[in-house]
Amino acid sequence: MMFRGLLHSLKEAFIQIFRNRVMSFVSILSISAMLIILGVFFFITVNVNSLTEAIKSEFENIEIYLEDYTTEKDAEAIAISLSSLEEVSQIQYISKETAMEEFKERWGENAYLLDTLSENPLPNSLRVTLSDISGGSLVAEVAGTMIGVEDVRYFQSEVNKVLRISEGVQKLTLIMIIFLIVVSVVVVSSTVKLTVMSREAEISIMKYVGATNWFVRGPMLVEGVLMGAISAAIALGASTYAYLKLTELFGADIQMLFSNGLVEPGFMIVNLAYIFVALGVSIGAVGSIISMRRFLKV
Amino acid sequence: MIKFEHVTKKYDEVGGIEDVSIDIADGDFVFLVGPSGAGKSTFIKLISKELEPDSGHIYVNGQDITHLSNRRIPVLRRQIGMVFQDFRLLPNKTVYENVAFAMEVVRCTSRTIRRTVPQVLQVMGIADKADQLPDTLSQGEQQRVAIARAIVNNPKLLIADEPTGNLDPDTAWEIMKLLAQINRRGTTIVMVTHAKEIVDRMGRRVVAIDSGHIVRDNKEGEYGYDV
Ligand SMILES: Nc1ncnc2c1ncn2[C@@H]1O[C@H](COP(=O)(O)OP(=O)(O)O)[C@@H](O)[C@H]1O
Ligand SMILES: [Mg+2]
Repeated sequence: MMFRGLLHSLKEAFIQIFRNRVMSFVSILSISAMLIILGVFFFITVNVNSLTEAIKSEFENIEIYLEDYTTEKDAEAIAISLSSLEEVSQIQYISKETAMEEFKERWGENAYLLDTLSENPLPNSLRVTLSDISGGSLVAEVAGTMIGVEDVRYFQSEVNKVLRISEGVQKLTLIMIIFLIVVSVVVVSSTVKLTVMSREAEISIMKYVGATNWFVRGPMLVEGVLMGAISAAIALGASTYAYLKLTELFGADIQMLFSNGLVEPGFMIVNLAYIFVALGVSIGAVGSIISMRRFLKV
Repeated sequence: MIKFEHVTKKYDEVGGIEDVSIDIADGDFVFLVGPSGAGKSTFIKLISKELEPDSGHIYVNGQDITHLSNRRIPVLRRQIGMVFQDFRLLPNKTVYENVAFAMEVVRCTSRTIRRTVPQVLQVMGIADKADQLPDTLSQGEQQRVAIARAIVNNPKLLIADEPTGNLDPDTAWEIMKLLAQINRRGTTIVMVTHAKEIVDRMGRRVVAIDSGHIVRDNKEGEYGYDV
């Protein structure tokens, strides 16, 4: 019974999509376009986020570059005196060799370029982890006055700027997503409305002979859901292709520039698949339900 | 089969029917007559649950249908066959499909449909038109298709709102013979009509409605109005 009902709905939905093919085609294309735009926003947000995280974790520490003449013992003394500040949670000594290794790791495939250097230009350093980020500038100031310290790198205000930008991007994305979803729902509902209107006579006769509401609604619900699902598939195909191409072409450059690559394609695509299918199907369902409620007095 | 107890249904204070009580037995054949705007269609629509009464009680086939949830209405309609003046056939479906449609809606298996539809078309005398579209049929033939559709699910009750209104007298009489035959098989029939000759010739129960009230109810009655 259940199965036959679904089969009937599917059959009728396909017939209807085909009968309304121009409108169905336009709807599917516009929903796909919405989803793709949405995917672009998702892509930007996720990457901005991961970049922000990377920047945050890289620059939330204070790097104290030591003079060449500063011995490891002197460094230890500096570390001990800095530890007395309550904003400091931990201090780690980074030798110039360790620093070089980290650097090479970051450059990844392009690390061989560093091999041409005859001598390691990086200084020994102390890496200060803060317990309270707001006290960062104080710690940086104190460290700067100490003997044996060459330079102090601390970028709190810059990091804050990045954080603000990233927040802005997230908000914009959210607004765009809501807007796109609303537009998509309207598109689906107007297509299904066409179905309702073109089948008005048929529907009223169905009602006369005792069709249940679901017998009438089922095919229209399936019609909306089917359009959403097809759109999701198209959008996923296009986005996957685009993302793979993008990482292939620019992935390495971005990695070198930002010490952090694009988010892995596998992760991106799987998540996009979930998002597209869930959104496409819900947009289709909600769109047709709206039309049915408005135009189908059953 | 049908029972109205002090049923009132008004449209914005006017029209409709008022304080109507009637009892129609199983197997009855009832003509509903009266001038235009008397409330005949309102009466019919109350039976098929297209309208909700303002007050009173309505029973169909032993069931109180005064208030039915949307889920229960289809169940009621499957027990009622409906025929209209304008046939209400689907123009893009063949005769066969139009009748089969009523069976699909109630989820009959395709085997049952394939077996039943030709039989009903045979009874209605339109078996040879099965593959034609309604447009290519005469008015009388179209009404036969509509009746075939109405009875294909074996309803206990057939309600017909001016089924012969668009037909010439000879064709109308052919349709009446079919309805009488359906009635002989035990189906209760309520038919709204303006056709004096038909009512007089059939000699069945006649209920006259005027201005929303039942003004006359005769067993084996006559039309009773000068047309
Ligand atoms: N949907 C409606 N809204 C308002 N008035 C209506 C409606 N349907 C019928 N009426 C009025 O109710 C009265 C009875 O209508 P109806 O039952 O259709 O009469 P009949 O079928 O006997 O010609 C008429 O005066 C008509 O104008
Ligand atoms: Mg009428």
